[in-house]
Amino acid sequence: MTRGGWALLPLLALLLGAAEIRPTSEYLSPEIRAAQEDPSRHPGWLWVEEGEALWRRGEPSCATCHGNIAGMAGVAARYPMVAADGTLLDLEGRIERCRTQHQGEPAFGRESDALLALTAAVALQSRGMPVAVATDGPAASFLEEGRRFYETRQGQLNLSCGQCHDDNAGRRLRGDVISNGLGTGYPAYRLEWNTMGSLHRRLRACSLGVRAEQLPLGSREYLALELFLASRANGLPVEAPGLRR
Amino acid sequence: MLALTLLAAPVAGQVASFTVTGDAIEAPLDGLQGDPVRGEAVVRNRETANCLICHAIPDTAERFMGEIGPPLAGVGSRLSPGQIRLRVVDPTLWNPQAIMPAYHRTEGLVRVDPRYRDHPVLSAQEVEDVVAYLSALEAPRR
Ligand code: HEC
Ligand code: HEC
Repeated sequence: MTRGGWALLPLLALLLGAAEIRPTSEYLSPEIRAAQEDPSRHPGWLWVEEGEALWRRGEPSCATCHGNIAGMAGVAARYPMVAADGTLLDLEGRIERCRTQHQGEPAFGRESDALLALTAAVALQSRGMPVAVATDGPAASFLEEGRRFYETRQGQLNLSCGQCHDDNAGRRLRGDVISNGLGTGYPAYRLEWNTMGSLHRRLRACSLGVRAEQLPLGSREYLALELFLASRANGLPVEAPGLRR
Repeated sequence: MLALTLLAAPVAGQVASFTVTGDAIEAPLDGLQGDPVRGEAVVRNRETANCLICHAIPDTAERFMGEIGPPLAGVGSRLSPGQIRLRVVDPTLWNPQAIMPAYHRTEGLVRVDPRYRDHPVLSAQEVEDVVAYLSALEAPRR
């Protein structure tokens, strides 16, 4: 295709009614966006620092096997991914596996400060890199599951994810501007939570919002959904650790 | 386009039965009389109906109103009480693609939180109160 042809693609997508997917930072208020970029104004950095310390702690430590944490650049961009044994793992799940299988320690547990801290520190190494999750091979059937979940109207309020995050992105829902719901900023420090939280915690909030069943952190449904969200974000920058209102 | 007559399944007596005529439910649910003052309270309630996450009402004192649905100012001049009733009971009866939740329906919903299962968001009386409030929101005469 010619250069002119490529330039017309967004217009073509609009005419075909395809929803345009934009990086989440573009939906943030200017104040939150600026603070997300500024470690001195981003409370999530406390978790990052704790995570970098945890990286070097233990026998063997993460660093014993992986070296400097900077070597983790690009890793978060590839999660969730299907492990060799066929399990769909998000970054938290992968870290818990290293913890139990390679360090011989009890799992930290989802939503624990330690796991959020290590996840944030590892994810930070991929900040700005394009999301690049695999969607083919063993991932394909998980992706389909996630897509179905995303497109199904659910809860007492009978809304699908896409009715908010595609059809109404950019509009206000009460005090929030609805983004494309990508998950590229997680774990994120949410002012409403007053702490760092995982993507699955945020998904539980959206489930509650439509009065649907809230599924457990790390559940198969949310993992498959996370993969589908990441596939929509393929090519867009990792923004973790995010800052949210 | 739509079947002219649809009967809502009577779930444990919680959902009133009604008849759809065109894009309206003409008869008040269970023959109840609505009260506009109570209706305004229902519309503003952030715990239950939560209409204002998506709609704005004509009141400058209310902060953080949504913009997913059309502003409700003047809706009583645009729509008849029967048309408003249908849109509050279940807008998908008029437009299957409607984004707005159905406030008086329990059937055909997926993965509903057990705390809310088999209960409509609003009772028949609350729907009538909301209809009375919205019907009185008329466009200012020029
Ligand atoms: C009634 C509207 C609505 C529905 C339905 C909804 N969400 Fe959300 N969602 C929001 C709002 C509002 C926010 C906060 C603003 C934002 O970040 O988009 C949010 C935030 C998110 C975020 C965090 C975005 C960020 O970077 O902080 C994700 C991810 C998300 N939603 C995914 C989903 C998924 C998946 C579903 C379906 C299971 C869903 N949402 C259903 C309104 C909705
Ligand atoms: C999740 C978003 C949402 C919520 C919550 C919501 N609405 Fe709506 N409403 C809409 C949308 C969007 C429309 C336009 C039709 C459609 O797509 O559903 C609409 C349309 C309407 C209309 C028709 C307006 C017109 O000018 O045609 C009325 C009346 C109405 N809503 C009243 C209410 C009331 C009363 C409540 C609460 C009990 C409520 N809505 C809650 C999104 C919402």
